[in-house]
Amino acid sequence: MADTRIHSKAASVSFQGVSKVYGKDVLAVDDVSLDIEPGTLVTLLGPSGCGKTTTLRMIAGLEMATKGKILIGGKDVTSLPATDRDVSMVFQSYALFPHMTVMENVSYGLKFSGFDKSETRDRAMAGLDLVGLGGFGARLPSELSGGQQQRVAVARALVLEPQVLLFDEPLSNLDAKLRRQVREEIREIQQNLGLTVVYVTHDQEEALAVSDRIVVMRNAGIAQVGTPRELFDAPADRFVADFIGEANLLDCAIETVEGDMAQINLSGYRHQLDARGMSPGPATVAIRPSRLRLTPGADGDGIAAQIEKATYVGSRMEYIVAAEFGQVFAVSDNVDAPLSPGDAVRLSFDARGPVLLPAG
Amino acid sequence: MREVTSERTAHPVLIFWILAGWVGFLLLPWYGIEDGFFSFGWLLDGYPTDTDYAPAAFLVAQGEKTWLAPLLLPLLAPLLVLRRRKTDPAYAKILIAAGAVGFAWLIAQGFGIGIRGWNFAWLETAFGPLGDRQFGMGYGAMLLASSFLFLFAQGIAARGAINGDVFVVSAVSGIIVIVTVFVFFPIAKLMLAAFITEEGGYSLLVFAAKFTDSRIWSLSCVTGPGRCGAAWNSLFLAVIVGALTTILGLVFALVATRSGFRYKRALRALTVLPIITPPFVIGLAIILLFGLSGSVTGFFSDLFGIRPTRWIYGMPGVMIAQVLAYTPIAFLVLIGVVEGVSPSMEEAAQTLRASRWQVFRTVSLPLMRPGLANAFLLGFIESMADFGNPLVLGGNYDVLSTEIFFAIVGAQYDQSRAAVLAIVLLSFTLGAFYAQRRWLGKKSYTTVSGKGDSGVHPEMPAGLSVPVYTIAAAWAAFTIVIYGMIVYGSFVELWGVRDTLTFKHYLTAFSMRLEDGGIRWTGSAWDSFFTTIKIATIAAPLTAAAGLTTAYLLTRQNFVGRNAFEFGTMLSFAIPGTVIGVSYILAFNVPPIELTGTGVILVISFIFRNMPVGVRAGIASMSQLDKSLDESSLTLGANSWQTFRLVILPLLRPAILAALVYSFVRAMTAISAVIFLVSAEYNMATSYIIGRVENNDYGLAIAYSTTLILVMLTAVGLLQVAVGKTRIGRRTGQRTGQASGD
Repeated sequence: MADTRIHSKAASVSFQGVSKVYGKDVLAVDDVSLDIEPGTLVTLLGPSGCGKTTTLRMIAGLEMATKGKILIGGKDVTSLPATDRDVSMVFQSYALFPHMTVMENVSYGLKFSGFDKSETRDRAMAGLDLVGLGGFGARLPSELSGGQQQRVAVARALVLEPQVLLFDEPLSNLDAKLRRQVREEIREIQQNLGLTVVYVTHDQEEALAVSDRIVVMRNAGIAQVGTPRELFDAPADRFVADFIGEANLLDCAIETVEGDMAQINLSGYRHQLDARGMSPGPATVAIRPSRLRLTPGADGDGIAAQIEKATYVGSRMEYIVAAEFGQVFAVSDNVDAPLSPGDAVRLSFDARGPVLLPAG
Repeated sequence: MREVTSERTAHPVLIFWILAGWVGFLLLPWYGIEDGFFSFGWLLDGYPTDTDYAPAAFLVAQGEKTWLAPLLLPLLAPLLVLRRRKTDPAYAKILIAAGAVGFAWLIAQGFGIGIRGWNFAWLETAFGPLGDRQFGMGYGAMLLASSFLFLFAQGIAARGAINGDVFVVSAVSGIIVIVTVFVFFPIAKLMLAAFITEEGGYSLLVFAAKFTDSRIWSLSCVTGPGRCGAAWNSLFLAVIVGALTTILGLVFALVATRSGFRYKRALRALTVLPIITPPFVIGLAIILLFGLSGSVTGFFSDLFGIRPTRWIYGMPGVMIAQVLAYTPIAFLVLIGVVEGVSPSMEEAAQTLRASRWQVFRTVSLPLMRPGLANAFLLGFIESMADFGNPLVLGGNYDVLSTEIFFAIVGAQYDQSRAAVLAIVLLSFTLGAFYAQRRWLGKKSYTTVSGKGDSGVHPEMPAGLSVPVYTIAAAWAAFTIVIYGMIVYGSFVELWGVRDTLTFKHYLTAFSMRLEDGGIRWTGSAWDSFFTTIKIATIAAPLTAAAGLTTAYLLTRQNFVGRNAFEFGTMLSFAIPGTVIGVSYILAFNVPPIELTGTGVILVISFIFRNMPVGVRAGIASMSQLDKSLDESSLTLGANSWQTFRLVILPLLRPAILAALVYSFVRAMTAISAVIFLVSAEYNMATSYIIGRVENNDYGLAIAYSTTLILVMLTAVGLLQVAVGKTRIGRRTGQRTGQASGD
């Protein structure tokens, strides 16, 4: 990291019962309460139309909350417009001003912040150095590659040393290879400077990779908040389990609960797992495709099943497996001896991995 | 930490408008000055105490015009908020109250007290006779009015309207006020004038009598040899011209986009013609060809011994001239529409086994419907509003626009008849405008989504291409002959009589002499030429500014009443120039706004006639700018004015140039509104030419027209060069697309 004069003034963000209604009755965000710690990277994750971008734009001040309070750094900013909030945003399209050079783009916000000319220049240079584009100041945005444009957009937002930095799906315009690289750069800068970052994405893998905490949103509300590990290993409900890691959701029955361990029964197959405070009765078990074990042959432990479809995707095999209770999706690292459609298999669960959820 | 503007006291914009108000009240002459404000003669002529030139404060101090004294109150009130914060509720309340009261009082006293004292009898009975009177408002009053308006705007912004954005609220209220004053107010005056009796009272009977006049509505030409009323004539002509121009426009558009024709670029040059040609010039050329001493007439009479007649004067001549003049406009509209039909739709139809003819009939043509409606509407309105061609060629075929003119300037001088005719004309155009909006209403035919359609338009079906080519070729040839005639005619001494070539007309119009080390402009046309250039130069930037600001508000901001706002600003598009001319005379001939006979009224009429084009151009280019550009500027700490100035405007350079040149050129070619508003001092080129035509001085008229066409061709050419250069910076959209794909 270059010698930088860019510091962090990271502040917390707090939503208190915030709603946003468009027009008369389109509810985009419904009574959301949320606290974001200073210096953390929090991702808003969810399918399109779940209200995550609206939430982000309300932090920026580009949308005004219909109800509720928004605090940044403990200060009520609910009615402040974007111009007056100490928040910067990196847009999905980058929104670089095409008629200005890279340098002018990065200096743009500094001009309105009361810095003199040389200070503006120094800060802009420091910003460009930080994202590794020191020599590109005189270029026009159209003369840069997509990844470079993205970094200019980040530098432009960073040099203002905002209390909160916002990212709106910053990687969606990049190809797959660049995506991993840029996402790591963003995370690195965030951690080195200790910034508060709010990050919107609909890509669960991206969210798991960069976040300190993830806010999963659904239908204008929050479905679950937690660290990546918590969400992956202990989803709160079927929606979260399905959205993060495409879990197979299977109906089962809890037979007995002893201590905090439960025994479930799935078409005669029994398995022991964390009870998560549930009592005997119908329930759902969520199990990731990688936690399913397929044993060739018609006999043995496990559930009798049959391979329906087998797909080779290079690093692994993907199978659709038909059992008595329906289809499940499984993956296997064994690409050297793949199973074929029609093969009989025994299906069993890994000891760790399956999670109990309320019946849906 | 960013400075939060809402917590600051002493806001610079507020201070500016408070100061402006005081300057208007204390320093500038309150009333309009006969010799013009910018002659500054008033500074040496008794200012500030002479009542003609005195600022309001001096008038009141001398005990004159005491009704201006209450204005001090709303002037003083805003001083109270100077030290307050925006979030303080008193801040908004005081500004709203002061602005509203001040503005309302200004209007009330302006309309209440006129040249003869009280304007309304009931005021006289209530307050007794007034020994004083007042004239049209001047710059002092104007500045004070603006000050009240923008203080009011800052008040409602502080209350949180449109996110508390002072720039946007001010721009919206400013445009609402100027559109009200210069579009709705004159139209309202016009409506009222239709009811005025000869004694000056109001009566429904007068309106009924004038409205049912047989000279407007008679249908006797259908049943017998009599003449039909002007309303039917206008309507009939407009429908035919609308239909013909639409068909011809479509023909040319098909040739330009759906054929293997090699000179498509030359065809596109056709679209420039209507913009640079004063509308009546076509009429003049038609006379040169088909008039009594016209070339074609002469040719036939020599060859076949047919006696020359005046058949061209009347409906046929006007129709031919208008179709010639307005076909390029329809072409301009339809070429966009024909290209806008997504090629992949047509390709999809082809892969579904439709023949080329079936594709055209079942997919392409239906998708062009809104464009066809638009083209028809334009032809219809242009024909209705056209003044020059009926005047030159109309003969006994009366149409509304010329009737209005003769009612105002002719021996009959009958304002209320002019008003009635104008109302009929206005109802036709607004009716067509409304019908079109209703018909297209909610249907969306937009098939091009922006990018990514890599298909190719299929060529026209063979059965269609033969007639299309024939018509297009014939019409193009005719157009070329017409324009050839105009240039050639300007060098002929006396058409049909003495066919020798001469520079005489150019010399009469544009001669100059070197004398005493300076140039003396001795030609007869220079005066009107310079006036025209001057007025057009002043009007163009104002038109572009008003149009683009409106476009910005319409595309980028959401506020209550946005649709009504859009309708209001586009309305002046559907108002024929003749109607604007008459209504301006009626509205601005008397205080409080007295403008007739000045150059200002010409400038204003051009602004509101041409503003819709600026709005359209602005909307078209602004909707191509991603909204995230504005938003990122806002999150970087710029306010909406800075965003507009630093981000939007630089990216709109092509649209700005187009609006500038278009309004410049239109100001030079306009005639219908201008003819009512010119004065001896401010004569415009077009009305000068019409005057020459009326004196049968065709040579000079055509020479002058040719010169105008050349001047405007140069202007348009410069635009093409300038716009070509500004394309460089606008590639982000494409580039990001490419970069993400590699």
